[in-house]
Amino acid sequence: MSYLKDIYRSMSSMLSGMQLTGHYFMNFRKAETEQYPDNRLTLKMSPRFKGELTLLHNVQNMHKCTGCSACQLACPNGSITILEKRELTEDGKNKKRLQTFVWQHSMCTFCSLCVDSCPTGALKMEQRFEFTVADRKTLTKTLNKEGSQLAPDLR
Amino acid sequence: MPELETITETGEYILNVGPQHPATHGVMHLRIKLDGEIIESIEPVLGYIHRSIEKMSESLTYRQLIQMTSRMDYLSAHINNTGVALTIERALQVEVPQRALVVRTILAELTRLASHQLWWAATGLDLGAVTPFFLGFRDREVITTIFEEVCGSRLTMNYIVPGGLMEDIPNGFAERVNKFLIDFEHHLPEYDQLLSDNEIFLARNVGIGILSKEEALSFGCSGPMARASGLSCDVRKWHPYDLYSSLEFNEVLLTQGDCYARYKVRIREMYQSIRIIKQLINQIPEGEYQAKVKKIIKLPEGEYYERVETARGEFGVYIISDGKSSNPYRIKYRSPGFSNLASLSALATGGNIGDLVAIMASIDLVIPDIDR
Repeated sequence: MSYLKDIYRSMSSMLSGMQLTGHYFMNFRKAETEQYPDNRLTLKMSPRFKGELTLLHNVQNMHKCTGCSACQLACPNGSITILEKRELTEDGKNKKRLQTFVWQHSMCTFCSLCVDSCPTGALKMEQRFEFTVADRKTLTKTLNKEGSQLAPDLR
Repeated sequence: MPELETITETGEYILNVGPQHPATHGVMHLRIKLDGEIIESIEPVLGYIHRSIEKMSESLTYRQLIQMTSRMDYLSAHINNTGVALTIERALQVEVPQRALVVRTILAELTRLASHQLWWAATGLDLGAVTPFFLGFRDREVITTIFEEVCGSRLTMNYIVPGGLMEDIPNGFAERVNKFLIDFEHHLPEYDQLLSDNEIFLARNVGIGILSKEEALSFGCSGPMARASGLSCDVRKWHPYDLYSSLEFNEVLLTQGDCYARYKVRIREMYQSIRIIKQLINQIPEGEYQAKVKKIIKLPEGEYYERVETARGEFGVYIISDGKSSNPYRIKYRSPGFSNLASLSALATGGNIGDLVAIMASIDLVIPDIDR
């Protein structure tokens, strides 16, 4: 008798699981998975997504980086290097300015401590996340654009 | 080298599981001495992904070393970050704003849920059931999307800074979590329906890999692993941090100590996590999200130890500071995975080789946490 009971119990336990599978088979909803390479055009990452590090430029090609190296000090991996230059300002002072903002992409862990440490809010982690390149050297990037300047209110 | 031979002089067969094996959930290597199908001895060989995080942290500042802990137990990344931040805050005697504490606690419990969901999915997959994998990841995906909106990353978030949070929570955070809770409360009984009572699953788990309370204590097991053996060790109850002292939740304790008890503890912990989040999510206070902490942190000279409860057990952070530099003099992490793995020989010796997969699934191994 207990033998039959065992069979009944085990069969019913499996059928209850299969009932759930059948339920989802009959009541299928919108697919939860994203068809990633195909939905590239519509794929939107959340606003805070930590993707590629960018030095924000406005339409006049001006950025907010004063070259203070706070991000370089905050970076745990040494992936940021700030190269400075000296520049004479209009009132005759010799001031430090940003020459090149070097970001070594391959060393970055995307912790966003640089964005957090920036006193002027010049940096942002952008939404772009497809980083595959054929040549490793191209992962060392210059973030300030050609001919860009410091925003006038920070000079 | 005799240890590399597959058959010993006395006739036992040496089987190497790993370092690349799907059932080990990472790069772990097990050397198993077999007598027929019976495991005579089992020895984990570690070090394949040792990254010397503790030594590396000695050359990082206190703000920088927090993101390292996300790379240890990546399924409890948020709770690990909290552990380090907590140690620094208690050493500096910084009062963390209430808003930051509430958000931290909510995110910690969401992390625990996500970790247990992944464990449940992987356990099903290890034991030959594929459907749990899809159901577990369906619910986990919602949590990782919430993390992505809050912290910016899905797995290795670096949202905690000493003194609070890195950024304020985004608009609509509470609504998102509430919606998830409503859905997940409906989905959690499905976990039981699908797997918990399944006859095949029971046959492979009940009475397998029994760990007694004394053994759990002597191996230093913690978390669901020890609680399944009746050892009360929940850090949230014994040494409350964040807001846990003012919250209502039960420590799940079972006494059987077998694989099924460990399974049950984790399933029931998910209900407790939902209960904790429900108490907080509609009462996130307004105010500051970060206390004022100096940009360059220097801890006073001394030794500091704090612990938090990750999804796998007790995570301890031990910092020695010389009081002069902005780096720790020595940092030591007590990771739950390492101690839990130590009990593997007690669990598996004398059992069948086929039970090993069920035992390893029930330990809930995360190899980067073991190797650090």
